[in-house]
Amino acid sequence: MAAVVTTGLPPASGRSGLRGVLRSEFTKLKSVRSTYWTLLALLAVSVGLGAVISWATEAHWKNMSPGDQATFDPTQTSLAGMFFLGQLVIVVLGALVLTSEYSTGMIRTSLTAMPRRSVVYEAKALVFAGVALAVTLVASFITFFLGQALLSSTQHQASLSGPGVLRAVIGSAVYVTLCGLFAYAVGSILRHTAGAITAVIGVLFVLPIIVNVLPHAWHDAVVRWLPSSAGDAISATVGHPDHVFSGWGEIIVFAAYVAVLLLVGGWLFRTRDA
Amino acid sequence: MIEVRGLTKRYGDRVAVNDLSFSVEPGTVTGFLGPNGAGKTTTMRLILGLDSPNAGTVTVAGKRYEDLPNPMREVGALLDAKAVHGGRSAYNHLLCLAQTNNLPKRRVDEVLELVGLTEVAKKRSKGFSLGMGQRLGIAGTLLGDPKVLMFDEPVNGLDPEGILWIRNLMKALAAEGRTVFVSSHLMSEMEHTAEHLIVIGRGQLLADCTMEEFIARSSGQSVRVRTPQAELLAKAVAMAGGDSSYADGALTVQGLNAAQVGDIAFDSGVRLHELTVVRASLEAAFMELTGDSVEYHAAMPVPAVGRN
Repeated sequence: MAAVVTTGLPPASGRSGLRGVLRSEFTKLKSVRSTYWTLLALLAVSVGLGAVISWATEAHWKNMSPGDQATFDPTQTSLAGMFFLGQLVIVVLGALVLTSEYSTGMIRTSLTAMPRRSVVYEAKALVFAGVALAVTLVASFITFFLGQALLSSTQHQASLSGPGVLRAVIGSAVYVTLCGLFAYAVGSILRHTAGAITAVIGVLFVLPIIVNVLPHAWHDAVVRWLPSSAGDAISATVGHPDHVFSGWGEIIVFAAYVAVLLLVGGWLFRTRDA
Repeated sequence: MIEVRGLTKRYGDRVAVNDLSFSVEPGTVTGFLGPNGAGKTTTMRLILGLDSPNAGTVTVAGKRYEDLPNPMREVGALLDAKAVHGGRSAYNHLLCLAQTNNLPKRRVDEVLELVGLTEVAKKRSKGFSLGMGQRLGIAGTLLGDPKVLMFDEPVNGLDPEGILWIRNLMKALAAEGRTVFVSSHLMSEMEHTAEHLIVIGRGQLLADCTMEEFIARSSGQSVRVRTPQAELLAKAVAMAGGDSSYADGALTVQGLNAAQVGDIAFDSGVRLHELTVVRASLEAAFMELTGDSVEYHAAMPVPAVGRN
């Protein structure tokens, strides 16, 4: 049989590290269909649901009380699709980044090719965060402009130059991306797709419901520390309740949770048997 | 060159690998043998740093695996050909591996050509047959043109053509001066490929020697005789100091060589229909060595394995 050595391999230059692994992780993400389906679903549900809610509000406008009309937040309304369903989709994708490698066994192949695990962990997080932020920004702007167009007859539509509007549109994309990173971190701790998705949905969707039925004083004391409050606060442009931090303040609280979980997940990823 | 020193790995109460030490030298195929559950896969995982040992050290080319500057240029390892994402094409699977070690894209095409998967390169590996999956896994190990190759049970479930292909590939890789370390529980397979053997049972080293030494060390040879007068011959053999046992219409004689058995038959007027020297196979030698260390004994008697 022919010699296995071929001329195609130039001598090594330096040590393999983050740059190559970033390229590899990007290849991984874009070479499976589930990535396209989930990102497409993210766009579709965010824009679609945002449009439906904006359209329904417009249709309902004449029946709303003057008080409700005065406190109406057209920016938050147009972005609502990203919060109801968009973040759910990104949670699935974020969890899958690592858990799919465990369920297929690919993780053993990946770590044989690149045994420096912190590099692998960082590269996965960076590539996912970059892609998620790009797509959620697109979704956020599309859903905002579409929503405002649908709300035009109310004479209450927002424009990007309005107070807090640009912050809300960009911040919402940041929030949804953080949800994805949150799921990535939980996935690296649990190493199980369904478990990770369930846990994250529990925190983002179920926990606020539980907190909502608490007595008022308790609710007001706790609600600012909920991860999901970041989404409510960052997307709001009208009125601001006293019992939550500012939009970016809430984002910092959420980002701190995510950072801690990423550190724990990274430590487990480095030390556990693969 | 792989060096394993005092390696121990426990999973809970179970000791998978127990104070194991050996070296794997370049230029030959080294067979890594042991019954199922002996700790072969665990040892390989420890070499690759997939698991961390409770005690002991492993180095490849003098370094810990995770300290190798470009791991794929040093080691190509295939532990489980199914450890791929089935939704990814063969080409993209290899590309994402190559990129981690900054290997050029065209190397992916080369290894695909080498293992004969060029035509299905763009197909998702989900639909691959066992043999194709194995070829894809092997393509991955060759990407970095590595000095050390490790294969865990590479011929499991393959058809004869696939087995022959892998056997020749391993020999060719060793002939090029590479270190080839291949595990199997199929002794007959090793007999055709490996020049050196490392045998373990219950996580402990049982033998570390060349193939010839391993066979020579075993119980040696016996003589198979077919005759219509088996009972008569058995008595004569016993008087001459040999042992014999009768099964499946043939008498197996131990302790005497073929000439002696033939002479005894002639002297006692026994007609022979067959007289064959049965060389101890690797299988028999292996069974003898590992008989006490088999992890799970079958509760029911099973027919002897191999071709004795």
